[in-house]
Amino acid sequence: MTRKWIAPSAVIWLLLAFAYFVIPLLGSFLFSLNKLATGTCCTVHWYGTILHSGAFWQSLKVSLLLALETIAISLALFVPTIYLVHLKMPKLRPVLAFLALIPFVVPPIVMVVGLLNFYKGAPIWFYDQPWGFLATAYVILAFPYMFFSLDAGFRSIDVHTLTEASQSLGASWPTTLGRVILPNIRSAALAGSFLTLAIVMGEFTIASLSAFHTFPIYIQSVNESEAYGAAAVTVLSFGITWVAMLSLLFVGRKRGARAAVIAGAR
Amino acid sequence: MLVGAFKAAHGGWTVGNVRDLVRQPYIGAYETSIKISLATALVGALLGLGIAYAAIRDGTPRWFRGILTTFSGVAANFGGIPLAFAFIASVGNVGIVTKFLVQHLHWNIYSTNYPIFGHFTLFGTFGVGVVYMYFQIPLMILVVAPALDGLRREWREAASNLGASSWQFWRHVGAPVLAPSFLGAVILLFGNAFAAYATAYSLTAGSVNLVPIQIGYYYSGNVLDNPHLAQALAFGMFVVLAVMMAIYIPLQRRAARWAR
Repeated sequence: MTRKWIAPSAVIWLLLAFAYFVIPLLGSFLFSLNKLATGTCCTVHWYGTILHSGAFWQSLKVSLLLALETIAISLALFVPTIYLVHLKMPKLRPVLAFLALIPFVVPPIVMVVGLLNFYKGAPIWFYDQPWGFLATAYVILAFPYMFFSLDAGFRSIDVHTLTEASQSLGASWPTTLGRVILPNIRSAALAGSFLTLAIVMGEFTIASLSAFHTFPIYIQSVNESEAYGAAAVTVLSFGITWVAMLSLLFVGRKRGARAAVIAGAR
Repeated sequence: MLVGAFKAAHGGWTVGNVRDLVRQPYIGAYETSIKISLATALVGALLGLGIAYAAIRDGTPRWFRGILTTFSGVAANFGGIPLAFAFIASVGNVGIVTKFLVQHLHWNIYSTNYPIFGHFTLFGTFGVGVVYMYFQIPLMILVVAPALDGLRREWREAASNLGASSWQFWRHVGAPVLAPSFLGAVILLFGNAFAAYATAYSLTAGSVNLVPIQIGYYYSGNVLDNPHLAQALAFGMFVVLAVMMAIYIPLQRRAARWAR
């Protein structure tokens, strides 16, 4: 027995959900269009203020570069590791999967306490710029998402056959990895990268407690000083999350890129 | 960090830091944290289940599910500072919705005294809970959708062929099959809310006493007499989450039995 029409109770559920999820977004959008003096619609003045502020571009640049650095380090570390594990040491796979769960379970606030303590003796350059400490923390934070994306990618290809074929044609290890394996797991690597991008662009806890000025920190500072500007930044930041997630969905259509899409900056 | 939790401020070993956890304001912080996490996990799981079922069940157009999953992916990621602000802009003191209700319906949501809750405020425990739902419900939808897929149509048809009512089907087939994944999801949501820092911090400026906010105090320099106390607080969080994981893993195994 298949229903022809949507059930009435389903309509109610979905409408309520729609209201709850759309109202805050619509609210901040309308709020960002308000004029300061009258509090009425409509002006794009606040977007102008934000887009002309140096701090906005500066923090956005820091966060984007951090995201790129995190993605580069993660790929460089995890692609060869997971490749080797799939090729030579399949018994280690569950161990890695377990390790990958740890950053997911341990809250960032607990992680930052541990990391600050662990790196207490590190040289000054490591703390001076976000590229040292913060990037290290983000590589750890991104590990589960990278691991599960890449792992799914490697599982969907025949690692052994590809490697043997490449080597019997005389390719060296770096050639095999770079020109045979990498193109085959490209969409998995991209999916992991977009998730990492979304995490790094939204991460507040670790950046705030180790006092670096990333994009979320900038949002918080606007939040505390000018309400209408903050609404504009909120809308912009939601746009960034949408772009990252839609890109993920886009690469996700290809094989091997289906991974968890739960990342986040709570 | 585990080691640090048991160190005294001037070196040497102690259990004093961990013993401090059972005193105020720390025990209160754990209490509030656990209460908010548990409430948002349970309510979020129920609402998420309802929405996911409404989207997946027969009759709802197929394309709807794709939209819902994509949106849930975005909303589950839309946490932290912007989320808190989106709520302030909508139902805060001068928010769009607040103003609209006052102007058009002459209803001020802030001055009304509600039967059970009393006065509503976005910046207290209840408000934090309402805002947390925004990432709890989508997470539930993402987690529970595969479990709902496992609830095969054949079972439902078989049950109704044997003369079972809708209630009997849910009571004897649906609920037992879904229970392990539902409980597992509740625990996942609990951990999700328990770990949240940025949202509560931005929303209440630290006025709601939560464990992550207490830890945050130490590192933003408000109180810095004993750094090991922050480590002890973090250790306490770790213990709570470890207990949750210990419940979660066997449940996961049980839930996997009905996976396609």
